[in-house]
Amino acid sequence: MISAANTLAAEANSPLMPHVYELVVGSFAFLVVFLVVGKILTPRIQKTLAERTEVIEGGIKKAEDAQAEAQRTLEQYRAQLAEARQEAARLREEAREQGAQIKAELRDEAQAEARRIIETAHAQIEADRQQALTQLRGEIGRLSTELASRIVGESLEDEARQRRVVDRFLEELEARPEAVR
Amino acid sequence: MTPLVLVAEDAFTAPGPSIFDFPPLYEGAPYWLTKPVIFAVVGALLVSALAWSAFANPKLVPRGMQNIGEMGYQFVRDQVARPFLGKDAERWMPLLLSLFFLILLWNFFGVIPLIQIPIASHIAFPIVFAATIYILKIYLGIKHQGFGGYFKNMMFPPGLPKAIYVLLAPIEFLSNLIIAPFTHAVRLFANMFAGHLILAFFSAVGFWFLFEKLTPLGSGLGVVGVVMTIAMTGFEMFIQFLQAFLFTLLAAMYIGGSLHADH
Repeated sequence: MISAANTLAAEANSPLMPHVYELVVGSFAFLVVFLVVGKILTPRIQKTLAERTEVIEGGIKKAEDAQAEAQRTLEQYRAQLAEARQEAARLREEAREQGAQIKAELRDEAQAEARRIIETAHAQIEADRQQALTQLRGEIGRLSTELASRIVGESLEDEARQRRVVDRFLEELEARPEAVR
Repeated sequence: MTPLVLVAEDAFTAPGPSIFDFPPLYEGAPYWLTKPVIFAVVGALLVSALAWSAFANPKLVPRGMQNIGEMGYQFVRDQVARPFLGKDAERWMPLLLSLFFLILLWNFFGVIPLIQIPIASHIAFPIVFAATIYILKIYLGIKHQGFGGYFKNMMFPPGLPKAIYVLLAPIEFLSNLIIAPFTHAVRLFANMFAGHLILAFFSAVGFWFLFEKLTPLGSGLGVVGVVMTIAMTGFEMFIQFLQAFLFTLLAAMYIGGSLHADH
């Protein structure tokens, strides 16, 4: 009897023979874990991981966009800079040309002015000379007459004759250029 | 050394399979209320609680428990689900993750002080998992390949000489439908069973020769027992992880094989 019971007990305790109550408990435990971890929690972490991937990809995209924008701006800036430099060079050239033109104009003007002044001076000098000549002629006539009358000692009674003598004398005088110049 | 052990009247006896037998917790308790049952339930609740603290309110920038949980999730997804299920990986993650986490914690119970019983060393628990996967495998196979198609793809893989099928068909049938679920469960069970036995043996050696029967000759052996217990505990933790991983991996492989015939 006892040995039979022992054999039965040993068989029941064979490590390869599952206990029914452990099958039940194991199924229950697995079910609980599957419901909580699998059905409730796994979708949550999957959603979060997917969102994270999206955020990271979005961040990368944003950074790329920003970089492209910066590149565009830089190119724009460079283009503007080049344009400005060209413009500046153009303006400088223009200014130089203008300056040169102005200088030339001023020189022309100054030369014209100088010429004018010289001409005026010449005219003035001519006029003065003429005046001096005329004055001198009268003076010389008078002085000569006076001198002649003093020398001759007689007054030339006839005005007309006197003038003719003077004129003749002056013409002779003029015939010799070095006398006036 | 052996005579020394055997001569003494209260000789050292190595722990045997009986260490896996647990009486009811207390006098008059129901027969099913044993230590493994209690810790199986505790393990299930603990896994749920830990997973809850990690994943209940997940953040885009993970902190604390979520980091650990994500490590586990990504390990199962990248090492188990994706290689065998490809684009179906996400869909089967709930099952695979539950399997992996529960088996892993139940296995770790083998080395946690005071608990010290790997739940899977009682074959009923691996049988639950293996049977679930087995039923799922056949259901999915018939659903995705048709009843005839499933058995035809299993037993008559195309591209072989006709004569081979005489030999191959029964082997494939046996291996897929009889042996596979059996080894699936027994592999996990046997590893945990043997590991626990080894730990029990070395710790019994250490305890016996250093505390119960401390003798100058035996103390060296006791030290060896203690050192080996520590070393084997480390090794056992590796095996516990490996078996949880392997069981989940095989589950993914069976599911993947049923979803797509040419796997």
